[in-house]
Amino acid sequence: MFMKTITCNACGHINKEGTMICGSCGKPLDSISGEDKNTLLNMRYDGTAVRSKTRNRSIIDKIWNFFSSIKIGVTLIVLALISSAVGTILPQEMYIPQNVDAFTHYRDEYGLFGQIYYQLGFHNLYSSWWYMILIALIGISIFIVSIDRGVPLYKALTNQNPKRHTGFLKRQKLYSESETYDEDEKEQLLFNLKKHRYNIFEKDGHLLAEKGRFARWGPYVNHLGLIIFLLGTLFRFVPFMYVDDFVWVREGETVVIPSTSQEYYVENKKFIIENYGEDEAEVFAEAIQNQEGPIAKHFETQAVIYKDQSTNIVGEEPDLNQIKEGSIIVNKPLKFDGFSLYQSSYQTNEFKSMSFKLHETSDENEDAIAEFKIDLDNPENNFTFDNGYRIELDQFYPDYYLDEGQPKSQSNYPRNPGFVFFVYPPNEEEPEVSFAAIGKNIDPTNDNDYKIGLTDFEVRNASGLSLKKDYTLPILGLGAFIFMIGVIQGMYWQHRRIWFHPTSKGIIVAGHTNKNWFGFKNEVDKIFTGTSLQAIKDLEEDSKEDRSQS
Amino acid sequence: MSNTTERSKNKTDKKKKRLIFRFVILILLFSALLFAVISNVTEDEVKVDIGDVPPNFELTHVNGDGEDDKITLSELEGKGVMLNFWATYCKPCEEEMPYMESLYPEYKEKGVEIVAVSVDLTRFVVDNFIEKYQLTFPVVHDNKNQVMDAYGIGPLPTTFFINPDGTIEERVIGPLTLDRLEGYLKQIQPIE
Repeated sequence: MFMKTITCNACGHINKEGTMICGSCGKPLDSISGEDKNTLLNMRYDGTAVRSKTRNRSIIDKIWNFFSSIKIGVTLIVLALISSAVGTILPQEMYIPQNVDAFTHYRDEYGLFGQIYYQLGFHNLYSSWWYMILIALIGISIFIVSIDRGVPLYKALTNQNPKRHTGFLKRQKLYSESETYDEDEKEQLLFNLKKHRYNIFEKDGHLLAEKGRFARWGPYVNHLGLIIFLLGTLFRFVPFMYVDDFVWVREGETVVIPSTSQEYYVENKKFIIENYGEDEAEVFAEAIQNQEGPIAKHFETQAVIYKDQSTNIVGEEPDLNQIKEGSIIVNKPLKFDGFSLYQSSYQTNEFKSMSFKLHETSDENEDAIAEFKIDLDNPENNFTFDNGYRIELDQFYPDYYLDEGQPKSQSNYPRNPGFVFFVYPPNEEEPEVSFAAIGKNIDPTNDNDYKIGLTDFEVRNASGLSLKKDYTLPILGLGAFIFMIGVIQGMYWQHRRIWFHPTSKGIIVAGHTNKNWFGFKNEVDKIFTGTSLQAIKDLEEDSKEDRSQS
Repeated sequence: MSNTTERSKNKTDKKKKRLIFRFVILILLFSALLFAVISNVTEDEVKVDIGDVPPNFELTHVNGDGEDDKITLSELEGKGVMLNFWATYCKPCEEEMPYMESLYPEYKEKGVEIVAVSVDLTRFVVDNFIEKYQLTFPVVHDNKNQVMDAYGIGPLPTTFFINPDGTIEERVIGPLTLDRLEGYLKQIQPIE
């Protein structure tokens, strides 16, 4: 069960299989196997063995290694990007008309493509199980990749040996070799390095000057933020953490708030709506004209929140205790016990009550014989009048329409009420039947002596409130914040290192940075001022020039 | 020599630790994935499902003898209960009502109760409807939509068939045919 190792032939340090650069002295280990000595070193992860690339023994290791592959990670991200893009080609299911079958809609509207689109589940992409799995796999990949590369990199960077093998130095991008080097020059160098805020490590006269190491943690901090963000979205599935619901409440009504286990009730005391009118500032004039119908300027619900104190079973009269009262205006929700009620929709002018009068059909003045009012919330059956007339409400259709000639209601709400009245004149047993609705008064027999006419009505507004509870927002915020820190950390700082290697003849200097080589080279030039060291050269540039010359 | 054996022992220890570490991390990550997918799939599911004990309720018995008669679900335990959520403005609900009425006398004998929960706003329309179809099974009025909310009712009609032991045998969304209705009623009929 020996692990494969590579022993450094310069210092004897035992390195893990897959190590590119000796962990102790920095001798490039690839040169042992006889590779080109002149190419620049690959400094990724500082030459440490990427953990997963070492061994592949058990099934757990295999799964681990699968996810630790950057290729797999990038593939997953590309797949997620492509499918997200495809999901925007046709409207998602929630945006198509509610009253049609989704499959037929996609087929009829978009033909064969729509049919395939639907069958592959793109109509509901962003909550489909396979899309979620894709996103989750990306999360797993990010997590494992970070551990797999971050830990060895951290170890390598905290245990750096200032004394590096010349083979390492000669294959760095920035390199300089000088014939002379003395104590005074060293003092000058140390002074200059400190001036540029380098940290200095020394071993046997060998120097390592380093700064901005923390820039190397940027990607890992960034990944941590992403993972916290993904966890936050995961918590949205826990009802304790996240609730999103909707309730209609009419003026004067008290209704149970859904998704609260019948614990909370909301009363709509008054709904106020103001529209943009004629007297608005001129800047709006054109916009108002272009819009058909009124444009809401302000709408609010004056609401009261109650908590049911009783432990009664569902349906029994709740024991309501007022816990909050206030206005709900767009963007200004009413908050109670972790929930927020937002103003989200409204329906104006629903009928609340209607007043009628009875008059003789032949009477041109339509003088009222009897007057009565119907409360549409709770209509009465019978109206008896002192003059002997009696009116019976036979049928009430809150939202009436004709279904094959038969009046019916299409909803619960009195938006278009229709009534069938039985009129009993004094001392009559047989009633006259008449049907009344908005703008309609139908006499089925056509020889009614009496007519019922609408005289007045009361309306009220209904307010649509959306209920939100979201404890995941702080988690999402934290994740995004950490993500941003990681981005800044990796973007605006660079990890710069300079090695000073005294030799019998003089000194070798090599430099490495993870980005902005130009700035780094200029900085090294400044550090060299006051010394006789040869200016540092960019070996990569040089070799390019060599090639172009030959 | 002892140095190398010690080192290799160290290595195997390290490997074991790493294996355990990787195992734990993978388990955690995949359980999070599983949680996300399962919650996503079950998100649209109902509050009250097959096998559950449905929430108890008490509602006004619209076609009862007294004015303020109540029906409490828990009092029907021991009987099979068909719980039908409906409204007068719902056409498919209207269509299945005569089937329920035709089977009611027979199955009442056999220990099955039909309770129709109307979610209409006004009692007036419910009374009219009962009269029109001459309904004899109990109709209760959920005018505050409390029971509808507790049962998480979406489209109407939705029907629950509750076993004599108080658990839900079947949940049907949409209208029933006479045959299917009778089949379900047989399923919840108490065994004598």
